[in-house]
Amino acid sequence: MAKELWKGNEAIAEAAIKAGCRFFFGYPITPQNEIPEYMSLRLPQVGGCFLQAESEVAAINMVYGAAGAGARVMTSSSSPGISLKQEGITYIAGAELPCVIVNIVRGGPGLGGIQPAQSDYFQATKGGGHGDYHLVVLAPDSIQEAVNLVQEAFDIADQYRNPVMILGDGMIGQMMEPVEFTEVKRRQLPEKTWATTGLRGRKEHNIINSLFIDPAACEQHNLKIFEKYAQIEKNEIKVEEYNLEGAEIVFAAYGTVARIVKNAIKALEKDGIKAGLIRPITLWPFPKANFLKAAEMPSVKAFLSVEMSMGQMVEDVELSVKGKKPVYFYGRTGGMVPTPKAIVEEAKKILGGAK
Amino acid sequence: MKKDKRIRIITGHYGSGKTEFAVNYTFKLAREGYKTAIVDLDIVNPYFRSRQMEPEFQEMGIKVISSSVKGLSGDLPALSPEINTVLEDKSFETVIDVGGDKVGATALGRYHDKLDKEEYDMFFVLNANRPLTADKDSAIRYLRSIEQGSRQKITALVNNTHLCGETRVEDIIKGQELCLQVAEELGLPLKYTVVYKGLIDQLPDNISGEIFPIDIFMKKPWEME
Repeated sequence: MAKELWKGNEAIAEAAIKAGCRFFFGYPITPQNEIPEYMSLRLPQVGGCFLQAESEVAAINMVYGAAGAGARVMTSSSSPGISLKQEGITYIAGAELPCVIVNIVRGGPGLGGIQPAQSDYFQATKGGGHGDYHLVVLAPDSIQEAVNLVQEAFDIADQYRNPVMILGDGMIGQMMEPVEFTEVKRRQLPEKTWATTGLRGRKEHNIINSLFIDPAACEQHNLKIFEKYAQIEKNEIKVEEYNLEGAEIVFAAYGTVARIVKNAIKALEKDGIKAGLIRPITLWPFPKANFLKAAEMPSVKAFLSVEMSMGQMVEDVELSVKGKKPVYFYGRTGGMVPTPKAIVEEAKKILGGAK
Repeated sequence: MKKDKRIRIITGHYGSGKTEFAVNYTFKLAREGYKTAIVDLDIVNPYFRSRQMEPEFQEMGIKVISSSVKGLSGDLPALSPEINTVLEDKSFETVIDVGGDKVGATALGRYHDKLDKEEYDMFFVLNANRPLTADKDSAIRYLRSIEQGSRQKITALVNNTHLCGETRVEDIIKGQELCLQVAEELGLPLKYTVVYKGLIDQLPDNISGEIFPIDIFMKKPWEME
């Protein structure tokens, strides 16, 4: 298929439909509105159901219901709306149901603004709702990658019976890029024998629940979920390593910021400074081993995490590097985007100090 | 360009590149010495809007009118009363950048009774690489929805078929075929073919409409220094 020009939000919605998503429940918020808008146009054409709920809370609980019935289902929102959905998300994780949640992140806290940000990293990767649980968090850096990751996200969700989040900054949702919809490799998935689709001759009802009154049973449930998370950490890490060989400084950046950092790396190269990048594509599970390995490279003097936040992923970088090399942070926030020039200056400052 | 009417209304699906066309058109008017104004009527698109170019416009002496609420990045549908000035004051050559869908075009509908047919051209910018306007029928449906929202009639088509930085001459030719089909069906002229300056030399002879060379102003953060 030839390349077409897609807006990020529309492409994410079309990718979901290509992956077999037939149910979408959502509520409008900038800068992700083209996702529900596109779904409202396309889902009826493919025999699916689009519903604009009365609120984000209602929407995520509709997702809970549809996922429980075994459907491929998605919701999307932007930061403040994702905060509203947190109760439903932890219930879905607790009940071990598959679904895809898209967060096109804008500046916060509170209502914040509508320009791009990455300040929901903690919320996405460290819980967000209550209890011990994880989402698989995928962070595309281009619309093409978003299209591929969204399709894989449904398979990951089904394979592990766990919600998967697509975390894109506002730029991923709003920009236009050439995209080619290619066949994405589908996984062999177990049948959804747990879904509440009627007895069909069986004697026992399937029950979807996250309530475990007996503490021993609740602990057992947690342990079972965490066995699953161990598998995810083993099997599902995605990461891009760029220009690491001989690098004096290694950047950590995800999403569109990684593309700005790549420009900074080229500019540094011109000034005779060798710099590399580790770009986590899965934010959870985090590619700890890649950072540790880079920390053990003799050429590497320091790490610099560049984010559109006040410094969130930098904590995972520090944990991964285990104190072997110093870890620094540079960020813009509230909807401001770092420039290659500022990143170059920051790197030079650090290397100057480290010498 | 001089033959265009005093008020140029630029419409199109988002992603058609209508803002890029509007921005380039505005600079061109100003460079040719006209007293120029640009009205950013886009109240549906939160990013990549012509009002981002305000400092560059002002440097050229171009009057910029956008939201009456100060600040670049809000999504408040607040239209400035100043818009009336440039619609009524015949000394201004005016470009109006309209939001990229039916809802966006509704903002223009508010000025229905201020717009004199003799005084404006309304361009529909078409990009054949956009999936929702990639064939004749869907392009016409989109064009009609913008007419409905704005309560104005499109007077000419603009071929701006591109793939951002990956645009090739073949894209422009493909877009021309689509535009000519739409033009024939609706009885409208294909007025301009928009071409990035770097591609001009590669163009074949059979380009329809006036070739409109553009620079790229709406850049992504990693396309800047």
